[in-house]
Amino acid sequence: MPFSSFFIFALRVILVSHILWAFPPWEYLSARAEGTRLIITGSSTMAPLVSEIGKRFETLHPGNRVDVQTGGSSRGIADAVTGLADIGMASRALKPQEAHLFGSVIAYDGITIILHRDNPVQILTDAQIRDIYTGTSTNWKTVGGNDAPTMVVNKAEGRSTLELFLQYFNLKNRDIHAHVVIGDNEQGIKTVAGNPHAIGYVSIGTAQYDANHGIRIRLLPLQHIPATIETVREGTFPLSRPLTLVTQSPPAGLIKTFIDFAQSLQVHDLILKQYFVPLQG
Amino acid sequence: MISSSSNISSRSKGDFLLSWSVRLLALTTGGLLLLVVAFLFHESWPALQHIGLSRFFSDPDWYPTDNSYRLTSMVWGTILATTGAVLLASPLGILSALFCHFYAPPLLGRWYRHMVELLAGIPSVVFGFWGLVVLVPMIGRWHPPGPSLLAGILILTFMIMPTIMLVAHTSIAHVPVAYIHSASALGFSRWSMMWHVILPTSKVGIFTGILLGMARALGETMAVLMVCGNVVQTPSHLFDPIRTLTANIALEMAYALGDHRAALFMSGLFLMGLVVLVVCMAEALRHRNIYVATK
Repeated sequence: MPFSSFFIFALRVILVSHILWAFPPWEYLSARAEGTRLIITGSSTMAPLVSEIGKRFETLHPGNRVDVQTGGSSRGIADAVTGLADIGMASRALKPQEAHLFGSVIAYDGITIILHRDNPVQILTDAQIRDIYTGTSTNWKTVGGNDAPTMVVNKAEGRSTLELFLQYFNLKNRDIHAHVVIGDNEQGIKTVAGNPHAIGYVSIGTAQYDANHGIRIRLLPLQHIPATIETVREGTFPLSRPLTLVTQSPPAGLIKTFIDFAQSLQVHDLILKQYFVPLQG
Repeated sequence: MISSSSNISSRSKGDFLLSWSVRLLALTTGGLLLLVVAFLFHESWPALQHIGLSRFFSDPDWYPTDNSYRLTSMVWGTILATTGAVLLASPLGILSALFCHFYAPPLLGRWYRHMVELLAGIPSVVFGFWGLVVLVPMIGRWHPPGPSLLAGILILTFMIMPTIMLVAHTSIAHVPVAYIHSASALGFSRWSMMWHVILPTSKVGIFTGILLGMARALGETMAVLMVCGNVVQTPSHLFDPIRTLTANIALEMAYALGDHRAALFMSGLFLMGLVVLVVCMAEALRHRNIYVATK
């Protein structure tokens, strides 16, 4: 039948064009012609910083390209293991079962509890925060605030911010009684800024930047230690995390050059600009 | 007979090219849909194998990193938000189309139509942002916490009302003038003319508009993600937060691995199933009501 043979032909055309689109051979050829390409994937918290570092690295080492893609810390580690990426980005310390990998910390980030600026509550103990998040306290007056119901803002599953939060407060996601589940930091900040009875948690860098730029949120201290870039740098702020570059084998060659560069004073200003905390004081 | 067949054969070269290029294009369009469905099945296959279809209904809740994969509350979330929006937007859209065509002075009518066209062109993320900073706090003051099924329904209503209104307006404008003249000659009042003549005649178009709006509401992601609260639960009233299937994919896909990822593709398949269901229902309704009733 002419029609069925035509159908099979068309199917082939579609399939081949699909494959070419997914794995274009010319991209590999051009990459080889230009020099070496470093592929870095992982944490969306780290991606903006690492891509800035990458741009500066490219100008200092002409002929090399640094490709940064996001996808979350778990994916960064998975890509480093499978070799899909030369370097993975993880916005957390390596877990014990990941001890066979090689992590190099380039900066620190802290997670802060945020409230609306009009909320009179100035400090919460860890136990009070746990009670609010588990739904044991549902009114602000039980923790010294106004007579108003709490609105609990939680993060979506799979995010390392959520993971770190749960780990610190020794909770399971199932225990949390949330009213809103958010994706990225900005959405969380907008949600809290829009409701005087909300409580949420986001990266300190983003929160401090927004609070300094007139967004109506307040960063709460934890264990009486103020949530600032300085306390995270000193390592005294309890709820903080290292930003780690992960490789499968000990860094060598261009990969080592890049990691050394990312840890050096030459990118100090880039780290500060993103409201992260550099290694050197 | 002979002349007509020679006629066809004389055109045949151009015809041949045209017919085959049209066939190729049609095949590509159909093929794309098949590829999408095949891709969805391929990506959610691990979930079907490791988790099994029944657990998407029978698990206690949705905690994919904790091996619990119930999707039904999100299916309900999607259905309720879409239904609510269609129920609100359809009368609004149809009435404003009638207003625009029969009641408004021509200048005002044209301006009104342009305004609605503009409304239809606003990107969903702008609606979502407006919902997040204006609508949600407003609902929060009235009945905390604020992000809720109601907020989702209202935002979706704003988004699909223009589609319904514009399509309805076009099909109302295409009602033959003779019908309107006859109705006037028979002494129909303006309202009963609209009710008994205009609406039945333009039923198919209006229905198509509602269907288009419904499809947009089902697939809407960003705006809904920003205003609905995204808590996985079957809502018991309008002020409960909900999560839709689309929001579930958008929220978690970037960070999902393994079975979690496959389970998110299952959400996509469920959504696809809902769309197929809507199309089937529409087909059934069309054959039962519209064609028979307008005869």
